[in-house]
Amino acid sequence: MNETVALVATGGALIAAGTVLLLSRPLTRIVLGTVVIGNGVNLLLLSTSGAAARAPLLYRVFGPRRIADPLPQAFVLTAIVITLALTAFLSAMAYRAWQLSGTDDVQDDVEDLRVAYRAEHGEDREEHREGGARRLPMERERRARRRELLGAAEEDGQAGEGGTLRHPRRSDTHFHEARRRARAETRAHHALGARTEDETAGDDMWETILGADR
Amino acid sequence: MIAALPPGSDTGSALVALPVILPLFAAGLKLGIGVRLQRTQRVISTVVLATVLAVALVLLVDADTHGPQVMYAGGWQPPVGIVLVADRLSALMLVISSAVTLCVLLYSVGQGMADQEEGTPMSVFHPSYLVLVAGVSDTFLAGDLFNLYVGFEIMLTASYVLLTLGGTVTRIRAGATYAIVSLLSSVLFLAAVAVVYAATGTVTMAELAGRFDELPDGVAVLAQISLLTVFCTKAAVFPLAAWLPDSYPTAPAPVTAVFAGLLTKVGIYAMLRTQTLLFPGDRLSDVLMVLALFSLLVGILGAVAQTDLKRLLSFTLVSHIGFMVFGIALATRAGFAGAVFYVVHHITVQTTLFLVVGLVERRGVTTDLRRLGGIAKLSPALGLVFFVPAMNLAGVPPLPGFLGKFGLMRAGVVQGGAMVYVLIAAGAATSLLTLYALAKAWNLGFWRAAPPQLYVVGVVLDTVETDEEDSPSEQEAGGDQGGAAPGGSGAVDVDVLEGRAGTASFGGRAITTGQPPAAMLVPTAALVAFGLLFTVLAGPLSSLTARVAGELTARTPYVTAVTGR
Repeated sequence: MNETVALVATGGALIAAGTVLLLSRPLTRIVLGTVVIGNGVNLLLLSTSGAAARAPLLYRVFGPRRIADPLPQAFVLTAIVITLALTAFLSAMAYRAWQLSGTDDVQDDVEDLRVAYRAEHGEDREEHREGGARRLPMERERRARRRELLGAAEEDGQAGEGGTLRHPRRSDTHFHEARRRARAETRAHHALGARTEDETAGDDMWETILGADR
Repeated sequence: MIAALPPGSDTGSALVALPVILPLFAAGLKLGIGVRLQRTQRVISTVVLATVLAVALVLLVDADTHGPQVMYAGGWQPPVGIVLVADRLSALMLVISSAVTLCVLLYSVGQGMADQEEGTPMSVFHPSYLVLVAGVSDTFLAGDLFNLYVGFEIMLTASYVLLTLGGTVTRIRAGATYAIVSLLSSVLFLAAVAVVYAATGTVTMAELAGRFDELPDGVAVLAQISLLTVFCTKAAVFPLAAWLPDSYPTAPAPVTAVFAGLLTKVGIYAMLRTQTLLFPGDRLSDVLMVLALFSLLVGILGAVAQTDLKRLLSFTLVSHIGFMVFGIALATRAGFAGAVFYVVHHITVQTTLFLVVGLVERRGVTTDLRRLGGIAKLSPALGLVFFVPAMNLAGVPPLPGFLGKFGLMRAGVVQGGAMVYVLIAAGAATSLLTLYALAKAWNLGFWRAAPPQLYVVGVVLDTVETDEEDSPSEQEAGGDQGGAAPGGSGAVDVDVLEGRAGTASFGGRAITTGQPPAAMLVPTAALVAFGLLFTVLAGPLSSLTARVAGELTARTPYVTAVTGR
């Protein structure tokens, strides 16, 4: 009885700890969280075999009545093997995420980002809405702003090779920072443009259905 | 060795294990062969899946005429041993799934040859795909809850690999969400198995039938809710469905197709099995009705709001799961029959549509409806293979989609009740909104005049990271892969923000061709035809689903076949 209570209590504690890990952002911590939760559930599963008894392997020695229920142990063994495989896979995925983006944080949801951009740029959207005529100057403005950002960085760090922006030196963090900022602005701009176009086009349901080949 | 067969099932029983063992064996073989002998590899995959289809057909005939077919692994009897059972439901699901997986395999072989992707992505795809098929078969055939869990795990592990094939930025991002959600539901499944075992002392489903009636209501409800939560997550029922539209669209086209067709339906199958065998009656029907209602409406409203074809279809998938849950929630023979018919129809039609979208992406570079256009004129065949399943999904008579919805609604009317009528109304509204969303897709993507860049043919676009200042067309085409992704957290690709979820090829490249390659178009057309077959054979099929439902509600044939009692 006591052993079972201890198993359940430990299992519960592990699941609680795993949940905390799971709620954090880095993928590595999430992987650890799932491992800990998995172990907690394995303990719960093990506790279903009832009171502690002899090892099932020795059933010839002790007789079938004095050995522990072997079935949950078989379940747990299988579950451990599965968890091992998944841990390996998730770790590889976390490593790949780090390779690609320099961090293994779970990324923001794309749709959420869209909504956030819309909220941030509510005023600009009104301008966009007013028609294509105004969009062109805005586009020009954006390009100018981008050149300005990158140009400043280039002068500081002499990063551009032959005037192109394609192959900046990897070590030049200053240039990277400027480019990152420029890109972020461009992204916001694109997302915004796409959204407003989309909205103005889709205002009328019948327009979308019937007026497709206009 | 197979021992102690119940009377009346002599050689049929050994067949039951083949749909699991054959794909696993072939997957091992392929891993051994590696990247060599491409042609042999293709032949092995095709032959194995064709054999599985043949076995499934034999099993269906056997199960229909002689009752459930059972195999005891290693001759161990039910309370201890692993049992594989093919009753009418399992066998029917197996037939549909193996037909669909065979077509998708042929499509992917065609795609691999067209793209000349003979190296790493393809050599990983083939074994993983076979393991996925084995996992799906195992869940359909599992006679005990723990084996069901193992089947799910085999399937999911393979699906993680398939979803992140190529390891591009978008796929890794989507894969993280998918893997974590699936993993948590698996852990919950294991806990549910522990609850069931602690309460009853067995996990064999045939033994469990009736056991919960003797237990206190609270224990039974706990077990039922835990299992339902797990299966609702797998099946993407409304509050647990948010992972699906974010993760599916990024995978290679054949992978998305087979996931959309099969993986969610495996959850529905598990719900059908446990709700009929373990927890008969309508204890949680009201809850399921509400879930079905929200799935239907929230899913389809999501689909209406989308501008990307793949995301749109993913949302219709979530929505139409609601129809099947509605059938299960009715908990009557007619309700189950309607749900099974709908599952059969939906597996086929959803897979077909995603395969077609893969072809559309190859023609038009993108699946963003705002940039597509004129596909029907550029490639009439592609227009046809999209239009027919699209109308089928929306439920235009006399296509099977209409028959499935009609069967469910009739089952609802027969039962009556305020909630049921609300659901029938919601179902009708969902059908109309599906029609609206797909008509929008058709008009924007296929019917209107094509934008100029779509006339460019035969370009294979590479994965070089394009700079924003390049020409607009090149910018659209730039892959979102690239080893030199800018550092910093929260960096999101332009493409993703603008509605392009990913690219359909195995390596994550954007590839365009002129006319769709015949090797990809023919399997797609075959699936379209397979979907239409359900209208031609509606009579026999609906009487089969009625027999399936009869067997499910009776319970005794299944229990007797497994336990001999």
